[in-house]
Amino acid sequence: MIAARPQPAQGHFRTPLMETPFHPRLAALAETNDWYGWAGMKSLHSVYDEELEYFAIRSTAALFDISPMAKYRVRGPGSEAMLNRLTLRDVRKLAPGRVHYTAWCDDEGHVLDDGTLFRLAPDDFRLCCQGRHLPWLLDTAEGFDCTVTDETDEVAGLALQGPCSFAVLAAAGFTGAETLKPFQLRDFPHEGGRVTISRTGFTGDLGYELFVAADAALTLWDRLWSAGQPLRLKAIGYNALNRARIEAGFIVAGADFTPADQAIRTDRVRMPDEIGLDWMVDLTKSAFTGRRAIAAARAKGTLKHILVGLDIADNTPAEGAIVYHRGKREAGVVSAAIWSPTLKRNIAIASLDRPYGSRLTDDLWVEIYALRELRYAKLMKPARIVPRPFLTLPRRSATPPGRF
Amino acid sequence: MKQHDVILIGGGHNGLVTAGYLQRAGLNVLVVEKNPWVGGAATSRDTGTGVTFSNCSYVCSLFRPEIMRDLELPKHGLQIISYEGGAVFTRDGDYLASYRDHDSHRREFARFSARDAEAYESYARDVTRQCRFIQPLLMRTAPDPVSFKPRDIAELLWIARRFGNFSAEEMAATVRFWTMSIADFLEEYFETDVIKAYLALSGIIGTALGPMSPGTAYVLLHHYMGEVDGSVGAWGYARGGMGAVTQALAASFTAAGGTIRTDAGVAKVLTKGGRTRGVVLETGEEILAPRVVSNADVKRTFLKLVDPADLPDPFLHRVKHFKMRGSSGKLNIALDGLPDFPALPEGSRCAMGDMHFTDSVERMERGYDDWKAGRWSADPFVDMMIPTQLDPTMAPPGQHFMSCFVQYCPPKLEGRDWTDADRAAFAETVVSQIADYSPGFRDRIIGMEVRTPRELEAEVGLTEGNIFQGELTFDQLLFNRPVPGYAQYRSPIPGLYICGSSTHPGGGVMGAPGRNAAAEILRDLRMHPKEMRPAHDVL
Repeated sequence: MIAARPQPAQGHFRTPLMETPFHPRLAALAETNDWYGWAGMKSLHSVYDEELEYFAIRSTAALFDISPMAKYRVRGPGSEAMLNRLTLRDVRKLAPGRVHYTAWCDDEGHVLDDGTLFRLAPDDFRLCCQGRHLPWLLDTAEGFDCTVTDETDEVAGLALQGPCSFAVLAAAGFTGAETLKPFQLRDFPHEGGRVTISRTGFTGDLGYELFVAADAALTLWDRLWSAGQPLRLKAIGYNALNRARIEAGFIVAGADFTPADQAIRTDRVRMPDEIGLDWMVDLTKSAFTGRRAIAAARAKGTLKHILVGLDIADNTPAEGAIVYHRGKREAGVVSAAIWSPTLKRNIAIASLDRPYGSRLTDDLWVEIYALRELRYAKLMKPARIVPRPFLTLPRRSATPPGRF
Repeated sequence: MKQHDVILIGGGHNGLVTAGYLQRAGLNVLVVEKNPWVGGAATSRDTGTGVTFSNCSYVCSLFRPEIMRDLELPKHGLQIISYEGGAVFTRDGDYLASYRDHDSHRREFARFSARDAEAYESYARDVTRQCRFIQPLLMRTAPDPVSFKPRDIAELLWIARRFGNFSAEEMAATVRFWTMSIADFLEEYFETDVIKAYLALSGIIGTALGPMSPGTAYVLLHHYMGEVDGSVGAWGYARGGMGAVTQALAASFTAAGGTIRTDAGVAKVLTKGGRTRGVVLETGEEILAPRVVSNADVKRTFLKLVDPADLPDPFLHRVKHFKMRGSSGKLNIALDGLPDFPALPEGSRCAMGDMHFTDSVERMERGYDDWKAGRWSADPFVDMMIPTQLDPTMAPPGQHFMSCFVQYCPPKLEGRDWTDADRAAFAETVVSQIADYSPGFRDRIIGMEVRTPRELEAEVGLTEGNIFQGELTFDQLLFNRPVPGYAQYRSPIPGLYICGSSTHPGGGVMGAPGRNAAAEILRDLRMHPKEMRPAHDVL
């Protein structure tokens, strides 16, 4: 007879959607109760009103729980070299106390994910991303003197975004935050511990991201929340953030490109140059995974796709629409689209099949099917390729930052 | 007397699929079945316990939805129910569960290894990619690479084009998949033994190979390419047991005007002037028809039912050496209550799915070592399920049907035949394994049906009790299944066809061999019935 050996960890199946460290505060605020699963964590599509939450990002300050993001810690004397092997950009140029947006590829040069790399100390990095990559990171780390650990559950994350976000930090007593430049990070004391604040975000606005040990999450929330109330700080859900990120021209793994480790159809993968990340690829640095394939594709001109920003006539969002050249030849597909409240333009991110978008950039059309009370309005609207970000706000990069 | 266009030997699922299509195409088909019931290895019968068993096959995934639709099986009573979960009990009192929810699945793996938890994603992707390559081949006749007929050449080119679309990396992966052992394949993704053991089971089920034998990675694939309503890789229960599949096929067939004769075992296939003329039943009765289709396996068909003088020697040689080795047995147990598995926490749905006790690949391989020595495994691998938790039709309230598929179990014991005492000892080996994890299990048993390869061969007619009518190794697939040059459901004797799992694409309750065989017979008759709609696209 084999005796049963019960363990607390076995019970996870009872809560397939786990709660983030901020859950008690979000649950208290959630008027819409519009929960969804983000990487297995309970998250909100909206907290009280998607539309109003968007304006919190662009007019006051917004608080968004980013705890479900995968967070990997890379530490040790070999960590810089390991991350330089892993990622496209040159990590030697990333100074301690700085963050950069980067991406990494498989051996065929197909993008596995994009994310932000935080250099917390000379030999201490945090990599934040959408997907899970522990086996890939561990394999890459082989031969380098470093350790890779998953700290997704141990570290809670908050995005504080919007024109008043600095004012909220200042009111919450984070003295010295005014000297943080974009992509700079620093530790601040909090309740006997510390919180890492970086001037980063996913909105194209003035904003910060705060990382703290999971057990200090609620006190951090409360500190920001009470300081932020006079400044009209609001909690927001993903839908509002998504609008802001489209305006900022940011791409989302799994939506605007299919990560190579998830693509079931092998022709759906993308090289960095095919999703607008060509600027990251540093062929002058030491060898990195995918380098040879990317260089070869560039030399041979075999790149198949291109990611573009579109400005579409009229005001109907073109989500999921097919893009045509001369209104006839299929040229690609729209992966994200909104009517931009701040720009008053109908904008979209689209993946086009070259030469459309590269050599042939004129005469593009978007076919929008808008279901209106059981009848499709079929619209064929002209679209113009425009640079991303669609929206550039001076307050995003001003140092010291403004108070609103 | 009614004239028959086609006689079908054996009312198994493939035979009934072929019969159903041919009858609907306007032919007059007679199915002759040696047992008092139809169903072959897909039957549901109460053997006297008051509980209905799925006597042989016990879960459904591979059965092609195109066939269910063409033959209107839902109208004739077929319902497939998805089930959730599953668990491998470990010897230290813990278990590894399997969940439908993606994140629950990951968290469960993470209890054993953070790395393995995240490796599952790329594993699932690679398996799915390979399934997508093979799936479209299931419902097509395998091309003969040396016939040089336009159709075969076109078909070969079609496959070559699909293969040609592969990247170098994928092509390598495909070749590796078709040749590797499941143990080596899993080793490339996972580090935890119980996780590998859990995933390895699909590589050895029904196969006289161990997890470390080359070729078993493909067997895993074969079990992955099924679906339940578009959910690829999912498995379900047929409501009423697996007999519901064949009962619906039989009802569909007879509703279309077909005739079934049970208790009508065939002794010989009749030939005249090298052509098929009909069959002789074991009773001596002759039934004539210009075409005969055998649902029996390739060995039974050509070594027992056909006069060897009618067959070319090289063909006979290949049939004799077609690998069809019995490797499994089955216990169907009637229970007067749900067994208790204390290792599972309160509220766990694991017991709704498949449960195993083999927590390492090494143990599986040792189980196979016993088979090689001509013994049943002292520490067998058991695939155990209790479908009556979801299916109210098979047992009175409170009672349950427990299905235990057992591996390994040889067709002969150290060279001699099985005895009833051997069979009882075999059953005891399995029951004691279950009882190790379920206190009071023995007291719940109210009846049991024990089947070794001896019983499977005697009842179903499967040579050596091999459930796939021939191993699913690469040397016996596609145009090599069952015999090179005869992989297109025809035989050396004009008018004699085969339609069982010995033919492409092989075993499992899939129906694809039966449908493909019907398509070839209709092609010979220059008939193009609208009832046979094209296979579903793989998008």
